[in-house]
Amino acid sequence: MSKLIRVLVAKPGLDGHDRGAKMIARALRDAGMEVIYTGLRQTPEQIVAAAIQEDVDVIGMSILSGAHNHLFPKVINLLKEQNAEDIMVIAGGVIPEDDVSFLKEMGVAAIFTPGSTTTEIVQFIKEHVEQ
Amino acid sequence: MFDQEKLSEFKTARKEWESKELQKSLSRSAERKETFKTGSGDVVGRLYTPEELEALDYMSEIGLPGQYPYTRGYQPTMYRGRLWTMRMYAGFSTAEESNKRYKYLVDQGSTGLSVAFDLPTQIGYDSDHSLAEGEVGKVGVAIDSLEDMETLFDGIQLDKVSTSMTINAPASVLLAMYIAVAEKQGVAPDKLRGTIQNDILKEYIARGTYIFPTEESMRLITNIFEYCSENVPQWNTISISGYHIREAGSTAAQEIGFTLADGIAYVDAAIKAGLDVDSFAPRLSFFFNAHNDLLEEVAKYRAARRLWAKIMKERFGAKKPQSMMLKFHTQTGGSTLTAQQPDNNIVRVAIQTLAAVLGGTQSLHTNSKDEAMALPTEDSVRIALRTQQIVAHESGVTNTVDPLAGSYYIEAKTKELEDKAMEYIKKIDEIGGAPKAIDAGYIQQEITDAAYKYQMDIEKEEVIVVGMNRYRIEEKAPQGLLKVDPAVGEMQKKKLVTLKEKRQNRIVEERLNALKKACEGTENVMPYILEAVKAYATLGEICGVMREVFGEYEQSVML
Amino acid sequence: MNLIQKMLSGDKRACARLISLVEDDAKEAEQVIKTIYPYTGKAHIIGITGPPGAGKSTLTDKFVKLLRSNGHKIGIIAVDPTSPYSGGAILGDRIRMNDLALDPQVFIRSMGTRGHLGGLAKATRDTVKILDAYGCDFVIIETVGVGQSEVDIVKAADTVVMVMVPGLGDDIQSIKAGIMEIGDIFVVNKSDLMGAQRTATEINMMLDLNQNMERRPPVIMVTANQNKNIDKLLDEVNAHQTYMETSGEFEKRRKSNIRRELLELVEESLKRLVIRATTENGELDSIAELLYNKNTDPITERDGLLEKINQ
Repeated sequence: MSKLIRVLVAKPGLDGHDRGAKMIARALRDAGMEVIYTGLRQTPEQIVAAAIQEDVDVIGMSILSGAHNHLFPKVINLLKEQNAEDIMVIAGGVIPEDDVSFLKEMGVAAIFTPGSTTTEIVQFIKEHVEQ
Repeated sequence: MFDQEKLSEFKTARKEWESKELQKSLSRSAERKETFKTGSGDVVGRLYTPEELEALDYMSEIGLPGQYPYTRGYQPTMYRGRLWTMRMYAGFSTAEESNKRYKYLVDQGSTGLSVAFDLPTQIGYDSDHSLAEGEVGKVGVAIDSLEDMETLFDGIQLDKVSTSMTINAPASVLLAMYIAVAEKQGVAPDKLRGTIQNDILKEYIARGTYIFPTEESMRLITNIFEYCSENVPQWNTISISGYHIREAGSTAAQEIGFTLADGIAYVDAAIKAGLDVDSFAPRLSFFFNAHNDLLEEVAKYRAARRLWAKIMKERFGAKKPQSMMLKFHTQTGGSTLTAQQPDNNIVRVAIQTLAAVLGGTQSLHTNSKDEAMALPTEDSVRIALRTQQIVAHESGVTNTVDPLAGSYYIEAKTKELEDKAMEYIKKIDEIGGAPKAIDAGYIQQEITDAAYKYQMDIEKEEVIVVGMNRYRIEEKAPQGLLKVDPAVGEMQKKKLVTLKEKRQNRIVEERLNALKKACEGTENVMPYILEAVKAYATLGEICGVMREVFGEYEQSVML
Repeated sequence: MNLIQKMLSGDKRACARLISLVEDDAKEAEQVIKTIYPYTGKAHIIGITGPPGAGKSTLTDKFVKLLRSNGHKIGIIAVDPTSPYSGGAILGDRIRMNDLALDPQVFIRSMGTRGHLGGLAKATRDTVKILDAYGCDFVIIETVGVGQSEVDIVKAADTVVMVMVPGLGDDIQSIKAGIMEIGDIFVVNKSDLMGAQRTATEINMMLDLNQNMERRPPVIMVTANQNKNIDKLLDEVNAHQTYMETSGEFEKRRKSNIRRELLELVEESLKRLVIRATTENGELDSIAELLYNKNTDPITERDGLLEKINQ
């Protein structure tokens, strides 16, 4: 069997708007990837625990509530602590331009703001994950 | 509706036109597309004529405004009598900050208040809860206790305003706080006017701020219906929402179908709880989206009014006219806003405003141009409010009632949407009602399918979004977006510490215990919540008791 | 291998990495199985299967919580269908097991069927071995029981729990007979719904038809999302385990599974050998051409290929 790309799609924090996350999950599946969808209200701890057990290549987080500057660094730090920094982290949602550079410095590989297409996201993952 | 002979002549003339003038035009140049579709993806015909309305009966289907089935409006004079309420959804950071914004909005001409709460508040957590970290004050105001509520309405007399509160799972608590604030101002509950959203089913479907399981949530909702019908008679106890269902990606027909199915579930629950339909139905209200396709939206609102009237009369045997009237608030569609070239959003919102007004909305919130990226600044929210005012005073559409009635397209589309929505309601009935359909994932699946199809249409450029997949420019990041002070979380935590020292903790404990007992039994919980609130029990403490007794909703997801 | 040492000492990442190796059928996978095999044999393997919508994930979540309260270490393999069109999958069973994600004594792994019939059963079996070596007292395989491959998966279990629900629209009769036969315990979930008793009756009637049973599987009623009667399920699982051990059934079933697994390994290897020897040099295509033109017959060709392998 060939190696499939495994992606964890997560909704961190209390934000309940999951249209975007669901669209991404479907698009990734249609692009031949295995998507582990965690559902709503994930804590950074739950996200990292799942990512490690599922041995995913990518963690994709979607957040529209403005809590990204708090939650994303937490996830990245937990990954570091658990020696799982090699898992690529990407994000999407309502994230102002001003915060993008901060988050990228923290270790988020890409941020897909409103207007991004599922095609670009699939493309990005395929280009950046070794198969 | 038309003279049979004249109609027959017309049909002949039409066929001739199709083979002559139309043919000639098409052979010279084809139409721009093979098929033309509405925003929801329904095929739109080239021309609508009396022929399309052949089977329609004016009096029973279209009728007169203020008369069953209310297609043309719930009220005979509509905007000639009174404009819709310009009600701008607002709230962020602390109660002090939000209070300032409310006063600014009223100053600028808004005619109703609308409170946005932050996510911890909406989900029944205090600002010091571990899950509240990073979320306090971000999407709305943080309310931890009656103290915050008092600050929120400082300088605002509650008998002089009507207030809508977008709160669902803990609606009982926020309503109790509102009543308590009013009491302190010397305003009796029967003078209070406003709405609580209080629509838990759509939370399970599309919005996600649920707390308790379905049955227990329905109990809270019917408790509120009962309590208000006796004590707060001018209060709209629920705003049955389609806005979020549409935002999640549904079609217009689904927006109506699923919302009215939820409405049916609430009416069923209240009747089962022993309430007489006419005792609570007049206070049910609705909340719809105003999306891009203006004509489809206008038809949608009219279809919703007609369908609900029929349901209340035929299915529930309502006797009071007010029980059959669908009254609604509208918000322009947030998901239609683009982050690219944000000024364009002003134009989008203007078109959506027209749609809502031509559709006969009772109250309207217009989004600001920067809302694809952040909460609105004072300047951008002012433009959004002005948009409503310009439509109200400069466009002329408020001069006459339901001006688009009789349009062949509008009436055909109204009928089409009514029929399609009814199909969805029938399907949901077969599954056993909206709550069961939600458990089975039927509604969520339909919405996700529609959303995915739309997303693919955008990526294939079958749907054009100006500035996003066409007419793009190189742009710099927008400046001057609203930022919520990240220190708000700490400020709220400190306030809580002080509050818990100041208040009478023994009394708080007593009241919480009494509430617990009431929750475990079958009494109406509202009086107990009110007592707890007045003793300055926090939102988190009250919801904590309810979580203990009722348990928590376990999500299941359809992809 | 360092990874194996880490896994044996309880490292979750190492365990997850090893599972990926066997799932991808990487070259290293064989060495992994060879090395860890002596460490397996402790876990009680439970297969939970049933039609879609039966509430298996919710039931698994509640059942595992109960097992945890008794201090056991649990591994869960949640299998979901892979899209036959794209080869991808959305694996959503974790959603109903959110509380367990942070329990250090619980390991949850989601798996797609990946469209490989035999391969899935092998990947699942190998994952069970890893979780067994990792130290799990129970390994639960949760899968939709509508296809043959899923049936094969649960056959590898020591105890098979069949989950049914009332009113799904399907009669018990419409569910493949093969699946019904492998159930050691039958659960009627969502028993608060109308028709639950009738479903239980229908299952019992089906069981009545089989006169040759040594042990008649119990039929129990639960309501997983209200945590009702889950302790009854645990009682029955324990009772089944006891029955298996005292009757000698356990050893019999394990050995039968071992034999089957071995033969499948051989079959897979032989097939690979043949494919490797005849694909690149076009031999397989030529044979197919000959057969298509009726110049030869499949039996003769089979014998020819086997000869070739023998040499």
